[in-house]
Amino acid sequence: MRDEQRYDELGARLKEFEGRPAAVSGVGKDPVNAPMIRHWCEALGDTHPAYTGPDAVAPPTMLQVWTMGGLSGHRGRTGAYDALLGLLDAAGCTAVVATDCEQEYLRPLRPGDEVGFDTVIEEVSGRKTTKLGTGYFVTTRTDLRVGGEPAGIHRFRILKYAPAPRKARLPGQSQEPRPSREALRSGEPRALRPRPVINWDNAGFWQGVAEHRLLIQRCTGCGTPRHPWLPGCNACGSPRWDTVEASGEGTVYSYVVLHHPPFPAFDPPYAVGLIELAEGVRMVSNVVGVPYDKVRIGLPVRLEFRRCDEELTIPVFRAVER
Amino acid sequence: MRPGERLPPLEIPVTRTLIVAGAIASRDYQDVHHDPELARQKGAPDVFMNILTTNGLVGRYVTDHFGPTAVLRKVAIRLGAPNHPGDTMVLTGTVEEVDGDTAVVRVVGANRLGRHVTGTVTVTVPEGPR
Repeated sequence: MRDEQRYDELGARLKEFEGRPAAVSGVGKDPVNAPMIRHWCEALGDTHPAYTGPDAVAPPTMLQVWTMGGLSGHRGRTGAYDALLGLLDAAGCTAVVATDCEQEYLRPLRPGDEVGFDTVIEEVSGRKTTKLGTGYFVTTRTDLRVGGEPAGIHRFRILKYAPAPRKARLPGQSQEPRPSREALRSGEPRALRPRPVINWDNAGFWQGVAEHRLLIQRCTGCGTPRHPWLPGCNACGSPRWDTVEASGEGTVYSYVVLHHPPFPAFDPPYAVGLIELAEGVRMVSNVVGVPYDKVRIGLPVRLEFRRCDEELTIPVFRAVER
Repeated sequence: MRPGERLPPLEIPVTRTLIVAGAIASRDYQDVHHDPELARQKGAPDVFMNILTTNGLVGRYVTDHFGPTAVLRKVAIRLGAPNHPGDTMVLTGTVEEVDGDTAVVRVVGANRLGRHVTGTVTVTVPEGPR
């Protein structure tokens, strides 16, 4: 709780920076110029003809480049921005990563243009926990001008965070399997679904799935079916069991729709159903064949097996007309 | 240009050279974009592409498709999974809206870790021969 309080106090102090200038009357270190444009186009492989020749304009996406401090740092930066970052550093949020960049291009920039800019600290988020670690999002807005005329708006968001400890890879531990290039090209999410944790108690279930059979455990003491697989019966305590193969018929007993957070292998929004099988047990799985917002309690579904990748098949439930 | 039009995918091999050249061309000397050892000390497995390079590649993807008269009006991107050396980023795009000669294109750049970038690009393509 003391940590919570400390973070809340920090959050309140950080909030006070909202609206304060981060740079006043900043001046680009170099005027817009052909060599920097050419180096950028070479690096990025951009061959757009507008960016070369006597009437060249700078690639609009270079907007921020003209405001960069480079190795020798920024001119025109106020104490407020450094103070904000310093507070975060002192709180352990020493790492930084850029998360968002929103740019609007109001006029073309040409070699010779001297870029001036003003930056304001637009927003400091509350404390957020991300995959990288816990920290705060800081959003700035920079207005760029040339000769007093607006040239562009550049909104930039960084996450300033305390790095989460990394999981060390054990020697000899294999890399995660990679998706195919075809999967990448399809534009679909390409990370692989998490692997099931298969152990002594549930190995039979996954063996069944591999054979496209959904096996339900049944207590041979009292006959009660159960799922998920467990070493003993919840009804009578007997450790003895056999299996029955599910007919595959079921209904949606309940469901949730996942919008956030996204996981690499999944493409929100999607529906996760609690399916009541005809045999009387319930299991969690995806409901497919119906839009996520059309899933309803009582919806009839039928089992099918979905091959997610070369090594993983899972049971899912398809909506059926009945 | 019509809503729903899909842009052909563009594969960007994410080389160490691209990451470093992009960072330096954008005057971004953050060590995580050129020094693997310091990147590791900050919790990354290797150097990774900076946001300015991604921004430029997203803009290039759209203007490459719409041709020499295409002019970028807005680019708004959000980064997700990092672009590390040895990966391939595949950019895909779909025209979402068209208003006269201006289109809004939704762009996704995916690598083997997931979505590196998602965003929208507003581009004007003046009428006439392309």
